[in-house]
Amino acid sequence: MPKIKSTARSPHIDMTPMVDLFSLLLTFFILTATFRPTDPTQITIPNSVSEKITPEKDILTIYIAPGKGDKAKIFLNFDNGKDTTTHFRTELLEQMGKQYKMTFTPKEKDIFSKKSNFGMPINELKAWINAKETKDADKMQVGIPTDSLDNQFAWWIRTARVVNPYAEVAIKADGNVVYPQVKKVLDLIQDNGVNKFNLITTYDKQDVGLKDIPK
Amino acid sequence: MGEIVQEEKGQKGGKKRAKKQPAHVDMTPMVDLICLLLTFFILTAAFNKPKVMVINMPDKKPTKDHPKVLADRMLNIILGDSGKVYYYVGMIEPGKPLPTLIKSNYSKDGIRKILLEKNKDLFTKITEYNNNRLTGKVRDADTTAQRYIKEWKKADALSSKGGPTVLIKPDDKAKYKNIVALVNEMAITNIAVYAIVDMNKQEKDMLAHAPK
Repeated sequence: MPKIKSTARSPHIDMTPMVDLFSLLLTFFILTATFRPTDPTQITIPNSVSEKITPEKDILTIYIAPGKGDKAKIFLNFDNGKDTTTHFRTELLEQMGKQYKMTFTPKEKDIFSKKSNFGMPINELKAWINAKETKDADKMQVGIPTDSLDNQFAWWIRTARVVNPYAEVAIKADGNVVYPQVKKVLDLIQDNGVNKFNLITTYDKQDVGLKDIPK
Repeated sequence: MGEIVQEEKGQKGGKKRAKKQPAHVDMTPMVDLICLLLTFFILTAAFNKPKVMVINMPDKKPTKDHPKVLADRMLNIILGDSGKVYYYVGMIEPGKPLPTLIKSNYSKDGIRKILLEKNKDLFTKITEYNNNRLTGKVRDADTTAQRYIKEWKKADALSSKGGPTVLIKPDDKAKYKNIVALVNEMAITNIAVYAIVDMNKQEKDMLAHAPK
């Protein structure tokens, strides 16, 4: 009997379906990816057992970073809203412009609505919007003034509340900021009718069961 | 996964023709790159979600129906500087000696033990329920479970034999992470009623004389 000769085949796998699938998945993940805005300065957030995920839209985020001595630096972030037809950031800028007698060109408004967190005295806002280099813009982020004489932070909060009354407040504070600084911010927000705060924390699992109850 | 393109054997006596190459494109680098990007996007999508802890601060406007708190249910936790934490039970009343501050800490055996002991009933109830859900004995949806727990907490707050009412009193030198740590303990031990309030003068004096 003649031996059956196995025909030599080239070791070739058709990768097309795999590539198809991978491309599809990749496209999906790229399109659904939401890029987290980078923090204006380094902020080390505390831990908690909460598993609730931060809402992505309709949120007013307040960054509290440690500054010189016991002072804190405050930054803000505000989104354009869930709906693509709303432009809360543009409205916020217009209203703040009215308050401080400043006018913004449509181009400036457009740039501002696409930017992320901000924190500078209002007279430097224009320069920040028009800064060509991100490095220069980042240098201008020195924090929003909260002095009692000219409390610009309070105006930002009030205006943001008027522009989007449904926005929730999230606090992203550094763990080492002293309590009075945080309290000052919370008080200001409570004055504007918000009593519910979302404290942004990192998840840290804790195992506590019935056995832990002291006898 | 390199491909091996077999050499075609020259035809005998025929004219030399351009070799027919099989229409294969080497996809390996592309696949490599796509895999890498895919992994990156999957991982960033899964891990980049910051969590939030919700706290409700008491309304600043004085309300008519101010909740009355029984003195013996009150547990005052005072947060000092550099991570110190003290507590006392009850209330400062005129004509009575000042309560003594007891030193504690943020660890598992610190303030959590006190809270667990005081809140034993409610904690047992909620933990047993959660365990039953985990093991499948009870099949309630998340929203139902949350509603139950909320109701139990409310009932506990109103009942005469309920858990403690915790007052978190941070000193001016206390740090934000201390407050978050304490609010976190409230969540772990399922305390029904707690609030972040300011310290009064007597408590400041007590803190100044507290054991270091």
